[in-house]
Amino acid sequence: MLKKQVVIVGAGVTGTCIARELSRRQLDVLIIERASDVCEGTSKANSGIAHSGYDAKPGTLKARFNIEGSRLMPQLAKELDFPYRNNGSLVLCFDEADMGALNELLERGRTNGVEGLKILSGDEVRGMEPNVSDEVVAALYAPTGGVVDPFLLTVAMAENAAVNGVEFSFDTEVTGIEKSSEGYILSCEQYPSIRNGLDSPGSLQIHADIVINAAGVHADRFHNMVSDRKIHLTPRKGEYCLLDKKVGGYVSATLFQLPTAKGKGVLVTPTVHGNLMVGPTAVDVEDPDKTDTSADGLNAVIATGSKSVKNLPSKGNIITSFAGLRAHEDGGDFIIEEVSDAPGFIDVAGIESPGLTVAPAIGRYVSELVDGMCHPQMKADFTATRQGIPSVALADTGERRRLIEQNPLYAKVICRCELVTEGEIVDAIRRPVGAVTLDGIKRRVRAGMGRCQAGFCTPKQVNILARELGVDISQITKKGGSSGLLTGYPKDEKDITRKGGASHE
Amino acid sequence: MNKHVSILVIGGGPAGLAAGVSAYKAGIKDVLIIERDVRLGGILNQCIHNGFGLHTFKEELTGPEYAARYISQVEELGVPYRLATIVTDLQLSDDGHTKIVTTMDEQGGLTVYEADAVILAMGCRERARGALNIPGERPAGIYTAGTAQYFVNLEGRMPGREVVILGSGDIGLIMARRMTLEGAHVKLVAELQPYSGGLKRNIVQCLDDYGIPLMLSHTVVKIHGDKRLTGVTIAEVDDKLSPIPGSEKFYECDTLLLSCGLLPENELSGQLGVNLSPVTFGAVVNESLETSVPGVFSCGNVLHVHDLVDYVSEEATAAGKHAAEYIQSGIVESAEGGSDEKVTRVITDGGVRYSVPSLLRADHMADLTTIRFRVGAVYKDVDVVTYADGRELARLHKRVMAPGEMEQLILRKSDLISEGVPSEYRITIENKAGQ
Amino acid sequence: MEHKELICINCPMGCMLSVDIDDNGEMTVTGNNCPRGDVYARKELTNPTRIVTSIVKVTNGELPVVSVKTKEDIPKDKIDAIIDELKDISVEAPVLIGETILKDVAGTGVDVIATKNIGRV
Repeated sequence: MLKKQVVIVGAGVTGTCIARELSRRQLDVLIIERASDVCEGTSKANSGIAHSGYDAKPGTLKARFNIEGSRLMPQLAKELDFPYRNNGSLVLCFDEADMGALNELLERGRTNGVEGLKILSGDEVRGMEPNVSDEVVAALYAPTGGVVDPFLLTVAMAENAAVNGVEFSFDTEVTGIEKSSEGYILSCEQYPSIRNGLDSPGSLQIHADIVINAAGVHADRFHNMVSDRKIHLTPRKGEYCLLDKKVGGYVSATLFQLPTAKGKGVLVTPTVHGNLMVGPTAVDVEDPDKTDTSADGLNAVIATGSKSVKNLPSKGNIITSFAGLRAHEDGGDFIIEEVSDAPGFIDVAGIESPGLTVAPAIGRYVSELVDGMCHPQMKADFTATRQGIPSVALADTGERRRLIEQNPLYAKVICRCELVTEGEIVDAIRRPVGAVTLDGIKRRVRAGMGRCQAGFCTPKQVNILARELGVDISQITKKGGSSGLLTGYPKDEKDITRKGGASHE
Repeated sequence: MNKHVSILVIGGGPAGLAAGVSAYKAGIKDVLIIERDVRLGGILNQCIHNGFGLHTFKEELTGPEYAARYISQVEELGVPYRLATIVTDLQLSDDGHTKIVTTMDEQGGLTVYEADAVILAMGCRERARGALNIPGERPAGIYTAGTAQYFVNLEGRMPGREVVILGSGDIGLIMARRMTLEGAHVKLVAELQPYSGGLKRNIVQCLDDYGIPLMLSHTVVKIHGDKRLTGVTIAEVDDKLSPIPGSEKFYECDTLLLSCGLLPENELSGQLGVNLSPVTFGAVVNESLETSVPGVFSCGNVLHVHDLVDYVSEEATAAGKHAAEYIQSGIVESAEGGSDEKVTRVITDGGVRYSVPSLLRADHMADLTTIRFRVGAVYKDVDVVTYADGRELARLHKRVMAPGEMEQLILRKSDLISEGVPSEYRITIENKAGQ
Repeated sequence: MEHKELICINCPMGCMLSVDIDDNGEMTVTGNNCPRGDVYARKELTNPTRIVTSIVKVTNGELPVVSVKTKEDIPKDKIDAIIDELKDISVEAPVLIGETILKDVAGTGVDVIATKNIGRV
């Protein structure tokens, strides 16, 4: 049986932040991930906001970690080279009658330790953001708010963790966890894939001294396998619309609406890449795997978002829409602790908003919990920094020349909408914990993320992936598993009717 | 050191090829075609079906054959071109006369050209799922018709087996036949509008021949499938194009092809500050196919989406000639007319959606000018009527006109200015009684 | 007396053709704007033909397949047989545009020719 000191279940932003912190220590760490890549669950489909921390109730874990996470983010972005921008945020108030709630938010933020908070008048807000709705009577301004790329934050953490010795097992699903005399036995199903090979072993068991449950919306299931004190998570769906970069400058700060009981409401924000994003809705659902969007949801996003700004430029500018699930715990706060009746089993559950912001702080905290359990030595040779993949699109002419000199593939454009070159795509594949899917490339280097949504570059990307991974193009998938792009060769079907129509099923 | 060229053509598809050849034949040898792909011909390379060239060559060619006719002219004349090269930046020099064009390619790295004139011939792209904002999941198996066409015709691979097509644009219709012939099963083509966006011959030869139903006034309202597409929900739409509740029906399929319209790729034109039409999303051009930026011309699908390549070639040939004249005249002037020059605006109404060109400078007009336009709905037995400042110039009876088929009329300069240069030239549809 | 409706496909006009066939099989075509419509209607109702375009595998080529077409129209009911014959064919690069890929396909007397150049790698 494979033995590991620490097994982390889930390679989302939380799991990888914990892994990166643990990789400072002399520990044998494995992350198990059901999907083919990091950041495939809650972490990938969210607002991409580094929250300043005025929202959480003082005294909660959310409040405590939010402030720390918000303060860590700029430094981490430099250290690990992922896109972060401190654009500030505004909570818009539309009614004089709600001023009490806005002031309460201000007070809460001050209690939590958020710096620079102030209330602005409607006109002051419009002076800052000319497109803000005339209905806005006031706003809470939080200068420390920012935007971050959730995927690149996760990738940066994962790459850095891998460089420092953390192992990853993708396309591997934990099906059961049992207590053993010293630790836990995890039963896993390892699926055939490009990473695992087509002859992957199938079922396997792993022994772990410590298990860290960072399984997002599935964390309650794993917790309940080892504890009698059951927890329950509700997947709360949020739908988003992403708009073209043409209108990315419509607002510069992140515009929230005064929070309601169900969350932070719909926000309108520039993304760190210069698109405009609107969302999310908040609807509790049953299925923790179903992230489908709905006509009603998308309409609601646009309708609600239109409250914040004048003439939200959605028409003709929506380039994609998506939905994500937040793991809402019934108690409403994060659960980050060693399970009382399961020693060595650490829950990191209910990580909903501001989960992205807090992940680095959670990483530190959980590592300290692990320290308390097994007292590992710190590594002397820990690599603390990581260089991101260069972006030709963002480089100026001089930088482009330098990059091209270094590697001529940085001059070979594959995705013309986002100006992504073959050099960047090859980097994305060859990196530690590199891309093996089209979605993996898209999230790492933005190829196919633009207005044509990969119409032109899909065939090219498929060929580059196949070449780099040493497989036939038929094995290339959109997002792992059975999401293959091609279904065989022309004329090779057995019973060709060469007739169309839905009747002959 | 920046390189100088007289005319730089952006794009080596049908428009760029014809424009380059035309400029060269008009005497400007110092022309350069920049093509992003590894071969000339653009999208024609994957359009292996026949039906091209009836108008130009009086014979029916496939796309690659049609492209080959122009490519051989480029080769024989020695028109310079560069392959696998992309234009990354397009700017005006400080004096506004020179166009600074930056390109990148694997061999040459980063190159900066100074061009006296630029011909925009970048073509168009297909409207993607995101732009249609179809709700549902995000599985593999959703392709634009053009991407599927690339896989089948250039890679020799099937992108799917059980196929539903959304949109009855020509590429979608063509792909219905291609996929069927190559062994896939095309269940249906759903079209949001109450009429098809494609050519009639394609409906007959690509759908009717193979028993593929065309469901007008239907659209995909939901996409199903976590990893690979498992099916789509299709609903009928009302006259406001909204899905009718209760009409939803699930169709099992592993592939959804989108053929929902083409959009000119004018991102580079935007960098130059070229005025774009809110209707065509292409540049606003005058009779010389010159944009609002002097010395910058536009033709083919980047100007407005065509349905026949023959007209792309014709338009591009004109653009190439006008660009050559611009160089030869040695005069740099405003494309919208000098201060003392009277410009005629082309007004379209009564069902005519747009025209190309939309500005006419009488001083620069040849005896005959081709005006291309599209209508916004299907019209039967109507008159296309043109007016110069209210004075009727011509009346042309049309048995049928449809949004999917571009129309054209030939304007005689002497007719237009017989009573002086008009400020308005209007194209409209009359006698719509009984519609 | 029999009546058929057709859409002429000769050009983008797409004329709506109306064909009356009398008891002797004589056809009267109306709705066409040019003589080609008349010819088309008669042919489509007696001997419909099509150009078939497809792809054929290429070995050692810069692309794995080459586009091909029947050099002339073939009877519409031969389309399936033609595609079936193309299934097992493979040609060696280089391929030249216009080159014959398959002679007398499916007994039609018509050759299948390449419609593009494929260089050798």
